[in-house]
Amino acid sequence: MQRIGVFVCHCGSNIAATVDVKKVVEMAMCEPGVVHAEDYPYMCSEAGQAKIQAAIKEKNLGGVVVCSCSPRMHENTFRKAAEKAGLNPYMVEIANIREHCSWIHKNMEEATEKAVILMKAAVAKVNLNTPLQAGESRVTKRALVIGGGIAGIQTALDIAEAGYPVDIVEKTPSIGGRMSQLDKTFPTLDCSACILTPKMVEANAHPNINIYTYSEVEKVSGFVGDFTVDIRKKARSVDMSKCTGCGVCQEKCPNKKTPNEFNRGLNNRSAIYTPFAQAIPNVPVIDREHCTKFLTGKCGICAKVCQAGAVDYEQQDEIITEKYGAIVVATGFNMINLDKYDEYAYSQSKDVITSLELERIMNAAGPTKGHLERLSDGKAPKEMVFIQCVGSRCADKRGKSYCSKICCMYTAKHAMLIRDKYPDVNVTVFYIDVRTPGKNFDEFYRRAVEEYGVNYIKGQVGKVIPQPDGKLLVQGSDLLSNKQILKEADMVVLAAAIEPEPGVRNIATMLTASIDTNDFLTEAHAKLRPVESPTAGIFLSGVCQGPKDIPETVSQAGAAAVKAIGLLAKDKLTTNPCTAKADELMCNGCSQCANVCPYGAISYETKLINDHGVREDRRVAVVNSALCQGCGACTVTCPSGAMDLQGFSNRQILAEVDAICR
Amino acid sequence: MQELITRAKELLADGTVARVLGWKAGDLEYNPQPAFFTNEKELEEFVYNGFCGANLSKYMIEASKLEGKTLICLKPCDSYSFQQLMKEHRIDREKAYIIGVGCKGKLDIDRIKANGLKGVTGVTGAELTDDCEELCVTTLYGDKKIPYADGMLERCSVCKGKEHMICDEQIGESKDTKTGERFAKVAAVEEMSSAEKFAFFQKELSKCIRCNACRNVCPACSCRKCVFDSTKFDSAQKANVDSFEEKMFHIIRAFHVAGRCTDCGECSRVCPQGIPLHLFNRKFIKDINELYGEYQAGADIEAKAPLTSYVFEDVEPSVVAERSKS
Amino acid sequence: MSINNNSEFKPKIVAFCCNWCSYAGADLAGSSRLTYPADVKIIRVPCSCRVNPMFILRAFEKGADGVILCGCHPGDCHYTSGNFYARRRMTLLFSMLDYIGVENGRTRVEWVSAAEGVKFSATMNSFVEKIYSLGKNVRLEDLRCKN
Repeated sequence: MQRIGVFVCHCGSNIAATVDVKKVVEMAMCEPGVVHAEDYPYMCSEAGQAKIQAAIKEKNLGGVVVCSCSPRMHENTFRKAAEKAGLNPYMVEIANIREHCSWIHKNMEEATEKAVILMKAAVAKVNLNTPLQAGESRVTKRALVIGGGIAGIQTALDIAEAGYPVDIVEKTPSIGGRMSQLDKTFPTLDCSACILTPKMVEANAHPNINIYTYSEVEKVSGFVGDFTVDIRKKARSVDMSKCTGCGVCQEKCPNKKTPNEFNRGLNNRSAIYTPFAQAIPNVPVIDREHCTKFLTGKCGICAKVCQAGAVDYEQQDEIITEKYGAIVVATGFNMINLDKYDEYAYSQSKDVITSLELERIMNAAGPTKGHLERLSDGKAPKEMVFIQCVGSRCADKRGKSYCSKICCMYTAKHAMLIRDKYPDVNVTVFYIDVRTPGKNFDEFYRRAVEEYGVNYIKGQVGKVIPQPDGKLLVQGSDLLSNKQILKEADMVVLAAAIEPEPGVRNIATMLTASIDTNDFLTEAHAKLRPVESPTAGIFLSGVCQGPKDIPETVSQAGAAAVKAIGLLAKDKLTTNPCTAKADELMCNGCSQCANVCPYGAISYETKLINDHGVREDRRVAVVNSALCQGCGACTVTCPSGAMDLQGFSNRQILAEVDAICR
Repeated sequence: MQELITRAKELLADGTVARVLGWKAGDLEYNPQPAFFTNEKELEEFVYNGFCGANLSKYMIEASKLEGKTLICLKPCDSYSFQQLMKEHRIDREKAYIIGVGCKGKLDIDRIKANGLKGVTGVTGAELTDDCEELCVTTLYGDKKIPYADGMLERCSVCKGKEHMICDEQIGESKDTKTGERFAKVAAVEEMSSAEKFAFFQKELSKCIRCNACRNVCPACSCRKCVFDSTKFDSAQKANVDSFEEKMFHIIRAFHVAGRCTDCGECSRVCPQGIPLHLFNRKFIKDINELYGEYQAGADIEAKAPLTSYVFEDVEPSVVAERSKS
Repeated sequence: MSINNNSEFKPKIVAFCCNWCSYAGADLAGSSRLTYPADVKIIRVPCSCRVNPMFILRAFEKGADGVILCGCHPGDCHYTSGNFYARRRMTLLFSMLDYIGVENGRTRVEWVSAAEGVKFSATMNSFVEKIYSLGKNVRLEDLRCKN
């Protein structure tokens, strides 16, 4: 039996207001093995840690139980403190009496009783703890960035600047992402392309950056410091080393009927195409689903006109396998599908558009060459209505519960730009709230209202009804004057909610990174570790973690880069010693454990075993502790219990069960 | 049987095998026991008749460690267990010379007695060579005749088939004995109310004397050290009658062999208390078949076992409540 | 919540929570002050696949009235596949318990992510309510007749 010390934290009043900490101390002293128990207002403070260290030395403690906040908060703190006092850090257990007790229970008696039981379970467990030694693993000094939008580009640039090689994997034919589709950016009205393209060029030219466009991550294995990733380079049908980017193939391509994704399908493109003029790399791809050559076998004009001989119809997908120490997810966002919002007549009228479509219309390279016009008849609009929160802040299952965050600001931008360029156009915005927290954001919005005379109406639109004369009848309400409003408009712009890029779920699964119900990647801590995934070695950059605008995305991208650099700068990582271990004497050699191991960490050896005097060659399981991540799947598959998990052993968990049910 | 003995003698004589694993007469006529034979003389005691229900495959674990090959006699149903043990690397195929023996259904003395027979002193008609449909039971009250099928083990009436999953040669004819549906009894229990189910199993399990016969005979229960004998699990608490082991033994045993149990029925055959232990194993097999697709342990050495594989679309555990009657 | 049909009965409920999702979900429920009854005691395990059916049976034998297992949503397992194995194991175990006549409401599996504090709390509330309605667990404690 260990000599155990129990330390009960008040956490100011967070615990002590609901749990009678003195009672927990008193009860702890009655537990078998407990030789010391005390309480203190802040166990995690220097003074609190010093108390633990003093008790370890004075009372010669072999095990420590800290009754405090979640082990996810301070387990490491207390382990390090114990280690400094000469105790193996894995002889420390935490009883979570804050998140799992004092914060959720109101009745002091009830909460105290529960805290005592949680303490007893931790004492029972620590009694069976054994000292564990962390191992070491190496770090591959190369990073992978998934997604080549502004978030991915910025992260890659920052990592590359620190001297580490970075690969960017982008699924579309060019890097640039959503930002490349924007016309102007708030709150300074910079031209989006003008500030983005230098970054794209820099990334492309950087000696430490390698860009895989038209490529997707196919498989990820390994763990922090040592990931192995398969990247599928989709067949571009154009040899990147030969293509000069002259563009003749696109001009001559006879099939120009493919919806142009870059312009949100508002116009068409050729089957061989580069998404936009500033694309990087400036090498076209053949869209095999729409190319006549691939569909019918007849055509081949692009190959004929290509002077460089770069067109290659035989090109195959290529799988590249590369090792990485850190992976940054920067997969970005998309607009939600508006099928469920039929009341806004999006599918019925060409003149009801999304904000991103408006961006393209306003852009000189867009479908209307930058002229604001109705897509139905090409006429200049006189009345424009913007509808906010289409699918955002939605109480029902139709839309998203969250605020998409960027819509208020880009709508103010759109309204301002329209009023600036076309002063005769009236702009009305229907909104729930106008949210402008951000540097110079509120000033920007006020300019739209005060200087540019944009008409903001607090209230929601119930219906948009296309009229026979091509106008759109907008039926809404003005909550401030409590009036119903009927307004004829020439164009209606919907601020559709944004959602994570649909492929992110698949990527999260491959990375074993947590994802929330809205498909945003979960951060390790909402406040203190916002750019790290709970899965070590995975970092989050940009909107994949939550809605954000460009300045926020760029700062988060830099933060993610710093975290990745911090990892890559290490030569060795200490590994989790809570790994599986097989008892050779009990192992049947049946291979069931190896069948469930997700890491291939279990192998079999034929060994001479001395089983209480019986010497024989036996097939026994051997766990590679560098590969084992400690899930425990093998331990349950093993019928004899030969396979056990250090730190979460069968006996330890049973002891907890017994203590709780006692 | 004579053909089998002759062949065994040949194989011993030409050095193909070093020993023979079969059955010999036990203390009672209807109770033959597994035995090793190493020479011609010993083989004179060899028996193979309707009472040779014992599944010999488990003995191959120890036999695999011995010098030379072992001739092992496997009935069709035993061959599943043999293959399952091969799959789990417990036995060495190279160390076995398998004679697949024919089977016309195996007898159960308790089942015979259940025909209202008392004072049984002997049974004739159990020889495999006898092509009879009847058993002649000699009792203190005179001879009685009962149909062969009325003396058969429950498992033979739901036979998996008379095909050997693995063997080097075959001796003897088999006869189809399947008359019932394998999961009928399990389904009948499933139909009961929760209270009835509990009453049924409480009654059955209360008979258990924890003699470990089921564990010792089970080819899947072949751990070097049983979890219930291990100090690593805090589960062995021999001193305490009202212990975890006492109550949960059969459920845990069934779970430990789930996906590996070939439904050989030996547990029920050897239980001195007549507990229908196969009802636990068969419940797991039925669930596995229904929820994850048909799976017969021991039939295919390459097949993925149901508890060490998965598909994304697997049902949620809540399916249990949804389909339960009570 | 209003659960008190039987003032005498204080159920013992064990919740096994995976470290990566559900335990964090429970932490979030805590920091968001989303209450659930104190009858629930959480045991942290690295993954739902670490939960051996023996742990659950042991809990019942020692007097637990309900056992719930929470893990990452299928497809979101920190270890890729752990919860898939747990799902099959628990389905079979629960089915067996139902088969021997243990009320099937006493066991449950629920997938709760780190972001689902609300779901964690709601799950525990509904589970505790169910256990109150079932009352004391006597069947598994008394699986073998004592005489």
